[in-house]
Amino acid sequence: MARTGPKNSAIRMLVWLGVLIAAMTAVLAGGTLAGQASWAPKLALDLEGGTQMILAPKVEGDSGITEEQLNQAVAIIRQRVDGSGVAEAEISTQSGRNVVVSLPGTPAKETRALIQASADMNFRPVLQAGAGAAVPEASRTPEAQLPKPTAAPANSSDQNWITPEIYKQFEALDCDNPSQDKQQRSDPTKPLVTCEPASANSPAIKYILGPVEVKGSNIKSSSFQLQRGAQGAVTNEWAVNIQFDDAGTAKFKEVTERLYQFYAAGGGQTGSDPRAQFAIVLDDQVISAPRSLAVITDGRPQITGGFTEESAKALSDQLRFGALPISFEIQSEQQISATLGGEQLRMGMLAGLIGLLLVVVYSLFQYRALGFVTVASLVIAGVLTFLAIAILGWTENYRLSLAGVAGLIVAIGQTADSFIVYFERIRDELREGRGLVSAVENGWKRAKRTILASKAVNLLAAVVLFFVAVGNVRGFAFTLGLTAIADLIVVFMFTHPTLQLLARTKFFGEGHRFSGLDPKRLGAVPLYRGAGRIRTPEDKPVAVVRAKNTGAAAEAERRMTIAERRLAEKQEQAQQAQLAGSSKSASKEGK
Amino acid sequence: MVNFSTFGNELYTGKRSYDFVGYKKIWFLVAGIAVALSILIPIAKGGFNLGIEFRGGSEFTVSNVKTTDAALGEKAVQDVVAGSVPRVANVAGTTMRIQTDKLTDDETLQIKEGLTKAYGVTDNEVTSTFVGPTWGADVTKQALLGLAIFVGLAAVLMALYFRTWKMSLSALVGMIVTMFITAGVYGLSDFEVTPSAIIGFLTVLSYSLYDTVVVFDKIRENTSDIQASTRRTFAEEVNLAINQTLVRSINTMVVAILPVGAILFIGAGLLGAGTLRDLSLALFVGILVGTAATIFIAAPLYAWLRQGEPELVKQAKRVEQRRAEAAKTASPAAPATA
Repeated sequence: MARTGPKNSAIRMLVWLGVLIAAMTAVLAGGTLAGQASWAPKLALDLEGGTQMILAPKVEGDSGITEEQLNQAVAIIRQRVDGSGVAEAEISTQSGRNVVVSLPGTPAKETRALIQASADMNFRPVLQAGAGAAVPEASRTPEAQLPKPTAAPANSSDQNWITPEIYKQFEALDCDNPSQDKQQRSDPTKPLVTCEPASANSPAIKYILGPVEVKGSNIKSSSFQLQRGAQGAVTNEWAVNIQFDDAGTAKFKEVTERLYQFYAAGGGQTGSDPRAQFAIVLDDQVISAPRSLAVITDGRPQITGGFTEESAKALSDQLRFGALPISFEIQSEQQISATLGGEQLRMGMLAGLIGLLLVVVYSLFQYRALGFVTVASLVIAGVLTFLAIAILGWTENYRLSLAGVAGLIVAIGQTADSFIVYFERIRDELREGRGLVSAVENGWKRAKRTILASKAVNLLAAVVLFFVAVGNVRGFAFTLGLTAIADLIVVFMFTHPTLQLLARTKFFGEGHRFSGLDPKRLGAVPLYRGAGRIRTPEDKPVAVVRAKNTGAAAEAERRMTIAERRLAEKQEQAQQAQLAGSSKSASKEGK
Repeated sequence: MVNFSTFGNELYTGKRSYDFVGYKKIWFLVAGIAVALSILIPIAKGGFNLGIEFRGGSEFTVSNVKTTDAALGEKAVQDVVAGSVPRVANVAGTTMRIQTDKLTDDETLQIKEGLTKAYGVTDNEVTSTFVGPTWGADVTKQALLGLAIFVGLAAVLMALYFRTWKMSLSALVGMIVTMFITAGVYGLSDFEVTPSAIIGFLTVLSYSLYDTVVVFDKIRENTSDIQASTRRTFAEEVNLAINQTLVRSINTMVVAILPVGAILFIGAGLLGAGTLRDLSLALFVGILVGTAATIFIAAPLYAWLRQGEPELVKQAKRVEQRRAEAAKTASPAAPATA
């Protein structure tokens, strides 16, 4: 046996396929052992149960939304959802326009409100601050002693903003048990009574804040770093840096000039006039209220004081998100019960199995033993797809949805298609009188091109569907594309090599009547027709029924190369001699 | 069927031949009427039965109900929102679907509670869906965009692969016919048009093209040396190619349609509406129509587009000439009839 040639390359291909499957299995097994992956594909929400919201971001003023803004929107929502303690929430962008939030279970009302709310960041001067708890009814300021504005407020720090109503609201506010159902955004031109929620190193604080002075959108960037001491040496203190744009710089300078006076008047002591504080308000909650220790003229304030690396990063991120006034509009919200999804999945699987079974029966009926090659190929394609989905579930967090399952079922038919194209080509070659070995090679050459072209169409459709798809159909497109690739791998690395090897077996090579490649059944005209009879023109299957139907056998003859024709002649002669006196059925192929 | 391979042989050799190309005018007429009906019927019926994704609103699904009385669902909704007219339907076995206009969060929660009691199910057997009004417009826009991109790219891909715009055009015409008729059947069947159905349509396009590519590949092979041949005219070569790939077309169609049919009739029949059913109906119809459109529309159209080319007209004349001569010399051999 020659070292090269179809047989060896076929074996090589099969080995490579085995290596590929083993490698994928090893990767997945490694992931599973490391506790990160699992053998079962991850299920999407519609099969696992949960809530899916599709949100459309709305950017203030600006009509379009850039990809960067969308990614930031995702970050904002992720932070909010994570902050609300929901495990395994999935937030992703869709079609470069929407944000999809998937949560297991049914989210609490608070979580929903949190997700919907727009990030709205403002800077407001503090008018008054107090301990977070509500002032007990008994000790509240009597009506007569409530602060009354004496004149119209001159600037945002003016105590004249505090009306009796606002003061009452301030006293009644309980920051230790905040109520979450805020429906309305605060008016930026009016004072605001709000809380700074308790954090790790400080209790809750409540504030009366003046009108908005600098908007979050005036922030150009923010970062965090270790603070530098007077000598420029790095200290252990974390600091958050903000950089304002031109308008923000001018405004911030004006504000800090005013605030610094309060600070200076208070002697620079902690617990001095709260009006020296400048509150950073995100979604109507104070996230930080630093004291103005200097007049900032360059628009690059630095916030310091008791930050850890983590809290500095958190504030810096919040500031950056605040620079991006995005609000979200719920476009679609779906609560999915796992019961319904599970039922659908079970039925889908059942239907898929029945479909698969029908395909198997049909291909066995049509292609006899060759049908088993189809079945084996389908199984291998299934294994490859399964491994790919499980690995992608681990690395890319791909989740199998019901639409994805539909894609897999539909793919059974499409995968079987390429085998049909190939098998029919082989049969065509057999009909033209070729031996099986050369029919497999020639059929493959022709089928390969067709399969590649048609799979390209499939892949194109899958890619287009994937990128423009809406709703839950991405999973469908994804599995469709995945199976198209798996199909190509299987056809090239399994089906064709297997046939190359099978063509050399007695069962197939001699065209057993159950092999599906029986030349006689295929109407091939052997190059000899039994003892003593040589192929004559009358033997052509192409009876001249109508002139325009003149047969393809002649075409086949024409297509033979000179070498092939000579070889055929030689074989005829040899076999004639061999078969002289034998009355066996003459459907054997010369090798 | 036992002799399917014999059938295949006869088709392959030309012993048995169906004249697909010759009757093209009939096919074109039939396709024209079918497309016209596909456009007119949905219009006459007042448009497609749009799913909630396109209309906007709220939808509740109640699984494992004790009773399938629609009045219970209606009452549960009207108790919360007086005067509303919900669409209550038994979608499958023990599953009820209740669709309403857009609801507030509170209303949704209240109705959910009401439905739980009315149908005697547990809390997690009632699911709710809310779809905003802009969603449908978005879905439609995306679907049309997807369609346009796909058709554009497919045209380019095919023109590159086949190196002739006439094949590309023929394949696209076949695809568009498939698209219209599939949509028409969908409109006629009164199935809801959901995003899944739209995706089904787009997948059908891919199938239709796929099928055409395979047949056209054979046509190209058969007609590659047409200039040198006096055996058959161009149209006859095309027809032979269709016949030669007929068994493949049928097998491919059957194999593609079996799993889809299994979902449509077995899975979805038991389950009612949902992703699987919407998708599979579009695919089921589309695969049937797509296969037919390749054979009856795309390939004959290609033959028709090309047969007027001067070179091919000349070649056809040569074929006739040779046949006339052959008839003269070999007239005694009366053609055998099948």
